[in-house]
Amino acid sequence: MNNGAARLIGYLALLAAGLAAPFLFPAYQSQMAELWLFIVFALTWDLIGGQMGYNSFGNVVFLGVGMYACALTQVGLFYDVSLYNQARGGGATIFTFDWQQYLEGLAVGLPVGAALAAVTAAFLGSLVLGMRGQYFAICTLGLGIAAGEIANGWEWIGAGSGMVPPNAPDAIGNLARFYYYFAMALAVLTFLVLRHLYATHFGLAINAIRDDEDKAESMGLRTTRIKVTAWIISAFFLGIAGGIMGNLKRFIDPVDTAFAGPTFGVWMVLMAILGGKGTLWGPVIGAIVFQVFKEVSWTYLLGWQRVALGLLIVLIVVFFPQGIMGFLRERFPERFGHRVESDSPVALSRERAG
Amino acid sequence: MSVILQVEKATKSFGGVHANRSISLMVETGQIAGLIGPNGSGKTTLFSSIVGTHPMDSGSIRFEGEEISHMRVAGIARRGLIRTFQQTRIYGGMTCVENMLISASQRTTGLLDLFRTRNPAREEQAEALLAFVGLYAKRHLQAGSLSFGQQKLLEFAMALMNEPKMLMLDEPTAGINPTLINSVIDRLKRASEEFGITLFVIEHNMRVIMQLAEHIYCLAHGELLAQGRPEDIRNDQRVIDAYLGVH
Repeated sequence: MNNGAARLIGYLALLAAGLAAPFLFPAYQSQMAELWLFIVFALTWDLIGGQMGYNSFGNVVFLGVGMYACALTQVGLFYDVSLYNQARGGGATIFTFDWQQYLEGLAVGLPVGAALAAVTAAFLGSLVLGMRGQYFAICTLGLGIAAGEIANGWEWIGAGSGMVPPNAPDAIGNLARFYYYFAMALAVLTFLVLRHLYATHFGLAINAIRDDEDKAESMGLRTTRIKVTAWIISAFFLGIAGGIMGNLKRFIDPVDTAFAGPTFGVWMVLMAILGGKGTLWGPVIGAIVFQVFKEVSWTYLLGWQRVALGLLIVLIVVFFPQGIMGFLRERFPERFGHRVESDSPVALSRERAG
Repeated sequence: MSVILQVEKATKSFGGVHANRSISLMVETGQIAGLIGPNGSGKTTLFSSIVGTHPMDSGSIRFEGEEISHMRVAGIARRGLIRTFQQTRIYGGMTCVENMLISASQRTTGLLDLFRTRNPAREEQAEALLAFVGLYAKRHLQAGSLSFGQQKLLEFAMALMNEPKMLMLDEPTAGINPTLINSVIDRLKRASEEFGITLFVIEHNMRVIMQLAEHIYCLAHGELLAQGRPEDIRNDQRVIDAYLGVH
């Protein structure tokens, strides 16, 4: 059996395991749905932070924009948003959605969330992607906080009281299972798109920007446009993830769920680093390890969970900065295609002739 | 012969330091021109002004008749004027072949072209050029793991991959093993002959520049001190004084 076939079987096995998981472990459906979203978080962060070398703490902005845009669309298609949010989630008997309305809301809301997140990335990117290194990092950190504060004061979207996404009708069935498959589909799609992207010249271009942006510019690459495009792609998928996350969590708090810099914003960085920055599988593995650790510590270290997570962050950054995949790449470079070969006959004859 | 690069009265100062004072020079199409001068004489500053790394205070730079002194680095590169760096710059985290592939000319490509998958023809071109500089065997190694001299050769190959009209090299032989230097000279000459690329070379190694260049400009203290054919420069008393520190 050749390598390609083995890989395909591996992928299919993972896919089958993913599809069966909610039926095998029904008690953990919402955690597993969250895991698929975390995989999207880590993958989209790594596109910018790992592959392109721009450490962004502001990707959470796109998550929040997608979350609000989706929920607002779901409501706005059928009711007055302002009245809906004035009810503070207490209007469950007035603002009902039948299953057709609910699905229609999602079918429009998720793409609207993705589009709005992408537009936000295009706008913010053209402003801040001229900055480099720590300046970019700090600036994006500010963007995340600012977005949270704006949402916190905006009455139309519920302000500090947050927003409750539409109640699902009974026909939808188990909500966690319903969104589990949305989240899984999104994670698989994101993975495949990025996998393809890294095989194109665009992938090489963002790697070149990571390694030496001045050099890339001096070779004629349109670096700013490339960087903004990468951020738009990242934001697009993160926007969809936001829409799903809001509906999965059943409540959107402007600072704690939507623009949650200290949690989601930091976790997406951590997961990518833990798994291995700048690798395709690294963010996926990092997200799995992280989510398991987070849930286990939630169960067994109640009250100390955040302390344990903080400790994990420090340990990873100090002792394991290259991550799991980075560690493996250092140990087994040949496995990653880094190898020395003998000179080709052509090269040798040219050498002799020269 | 037509003039490919014309610099007129290029002036640049950093604070109180006059790095370039009213320097005028020109390079003819297909020529190999040299730029020499003691350390701190303003050679690299002049290179940076030409390729748009920093704006000049005053003066004019024309590439193929077009004024480029107000353009940005990437735009000038896409017009076919490429430089290499004194402190070698390659993409350390990528393999040699990947370094080459992303160095291909961006002149006729837009953003959407980047989303195409790699094409075999380009990969062949990349491998042929890596063979040209003797790095074929290491083409799948991370560029960052190469020695300094090899990185220098890779950077040269990357510049050729870009198919520039004119290539400006900042000390192509610095840090390269003396036995390798002859093959570097040979490859520079072949690049000029086979690919028809105009070369403009900063070099400290007198033996190298005398062998290589057809016309040499010498800077000292930010001013153009002398110019001429290699044998004229070698015997020019002002040049000898500048290098020996009489000034």
